[in-house]
Amino acid sequence: MNAVTSVAPAKFDVNEIRKDFPILSRLVHNKPLVFLDSAASAQKPRAVIDAMSFAFENEYANVHRGAYYLSETATTNYEAAREKVRTFINASSVNEIVFTKGATDAINLVAASYGRLALKPGDEIMLTALEHHSNIVPWQLIRDQTGAEIKVVPINADGSVSVDAFARTIGPKTKIVAVAHVSNVLGTILPIEAIVEMAHKVGAKVLVDGCQGIVHEKVDVQALGCDFYAFSGHKLYGPNGIGVLWARAELLDAMPPYQGGGEMISTVTFKQSTWAEAPAKFEAGTPPIVPALGLGAAIDYLNRIDRVGAIAHEHDLLHYAMQQLPTVPGLKLVGTAQNKASVQSFTMDGAHPHDLATVLDRSGVAVRAGHHCAQPLMEALGVTATARASFGIYNTRAEVDALVAALHKARAVLL
Amino acid sequence: MTAPDDVKNDDLKSLYQEIILDHGRNPRNARIVEHHTCNVKGNNPLCGDRITVTARLSAGQVIEDIAAEGKGCAISIASASLMTEALKGVSTETAQKLFVAVQKLCKGEVDVAAAQAMVPSALSEQIEKLASLSGVKQFPVRVKCATLPWHAMMSCLAGRNDATTEGVSEGN
Ligand SMILES: Cc1ncc(COP(=O)(O)O)c(C=O)c1O
Repeated sequence: MNAVTSVAPAKFDVNEIRKDFPILSRLVHNKPLVFLDSAASAQKPRAVIDAMSFAFENEYANVHRGAYYLSETATTNYEAAREKVRTFINASSVNEIVFTKGATDAINLVAASYGRLALKPGDEIMLTALEHHSNIVPWQLIRDQTGAEIKVVPINADGSVSVDAFARTIGPKTKIVAVAHVSNVLGTILPIEAIVEMAHKVGAKVLVDGCQGIVHEKVDVQALGCDFYAFSGHKLYGPNGIGVLWARAELLDAMPPYQGGGEMISTVTFKQSTWAEAPAKFEAGTPPIVPALGLGAAIDYLNRIDRVGAIAHEHDLLHYAMQQLPTVPGLKLVGTAQNKASVQSFTMDGAHPHDLATVLDRSGVAVRAGHHCAQPLMEALGVTATARASFGIYNTRAEVDALVAALHKARAVLL
Repeated sequence: MTAPDDVKNDDLKSLYQEIILDHGRNPRNARIVEHHTCNVKGNNPLCGDRITVTARLSAGQVIEDIAAEGKGCAISIASASLMTEALKGVSTETAQKLFVAVQKLCKGEVDVAAAQAMVPSALSEQIEKLASLSGVKQFPVRVKCATLPWHAMMSCLAGRNDATTEGVSEGN
């Protein structure tokens, strides 16, 4: 609503940023919280919490329905949030922004709707070995319905995906390429522009799973050149229950509805119904109204801070962690590609990641352990699980030190 | 500040007791039973841990041999190892009773004496060893690690004759 874009943001200062996130001042097991699981879901700044409370307390009603003041206000705010998303990712029109429940919902939408439209028996869907289950299973469902096949681009030992490997896998039968922008396990940043170029040469469309990419990179969908970009609000310091599918207007126009219900129709009779235009065509039912406003507030927040400085800060944390973690005996980094965002997996000889996570937690350090919804990747890496530290804009080098100290303690308990 | 800190360290110590660490590192009966009559892959879909339980039952429903092998955390591997030690030579009926007792121990619903009362007295000593798993009661998300092999064992005994059940998961 009132994004102050004209004023240059203050230089990035993590101590100032931390003050914006109320939860960071709490204790866990009587220790200061060291939250290193933002890749699963990020903490929320006061601005998001306040915007959502304000909406519930002052401006709440259903959208696109009532001809009364509150409904009009809610509708205006909801559509304003859509415009904020549009600017944030530099889409050419708000009609290309579909609000969904999350990235999973967005990818399922594309697989079910565009997949049914585009895939014939023998056609190929191309994925990479590092995809999240959310960018695998929806494609298996549509594969089984259409007779298409799934091809998987392998990864290198360091967790990178080489353009050559794509070139070897892609072919004239490739119709859809679905890839993560940034791996949620390894942090690898994928060469999206190069992938898009190859895909478009063979006439395939590219879906980018931007769950992590939107958080750690400045995203310009037009510059990336992809056809679909999906992400969740909750990893971008916004609430859960809201996500975004960006798609080229002509694709959304051609695609059949994904779900039927209120909001998405033009006329309904028992004989036949006609659809609204996109994005409404893909937003059946009452949408996540206040979560959409919360996402708008998160975007406003990110626009207010020095985002370039924030991304540089995350890189500093990543490189510091990549230096410090291997000083712990038996610790191995998993994912060491050149081009990486601030997500670092690791294993420790003789200690299972779950046991590590349990012991770290008692030091106040929250890390993720498990397969991270990427079992095929775990198999490719030859492990059943990893521990993962992921760094957001509010983390500090001191927290990396706390992680390292807690890992030493964990060795004493477990080994 | 210091008191709760000690409590937490105690929690960790009771979770990762020496016996658990020992069985986690050197699991007993980590193999496939020869000529097994049943075989189940236990799988915790949340964490990806996998345990294969194999057993050979006699005509009279006695567990002649039982083994468990797989990949998992210290808790699940130790639990599987202790389980195979406890169940060898036991009837399937008793195995069922032991399963219930261990589940209750892990959830903190019974103490050692109460758990012992749930099974034949010959298993009292086994219950004392299995009680080392009860440290998980302070760590609710880890309870399923301790019970995973037991669920797999129960399906194994029920499914008999090489029935394979994928995806045995904790009911809570
Ligand atoms: C790369 C990636 N893709 C997809 C998802 C699924 O996101 P959500 O659960 O918010 O729909 C995640 C989140 O875990 C992710 O990290």
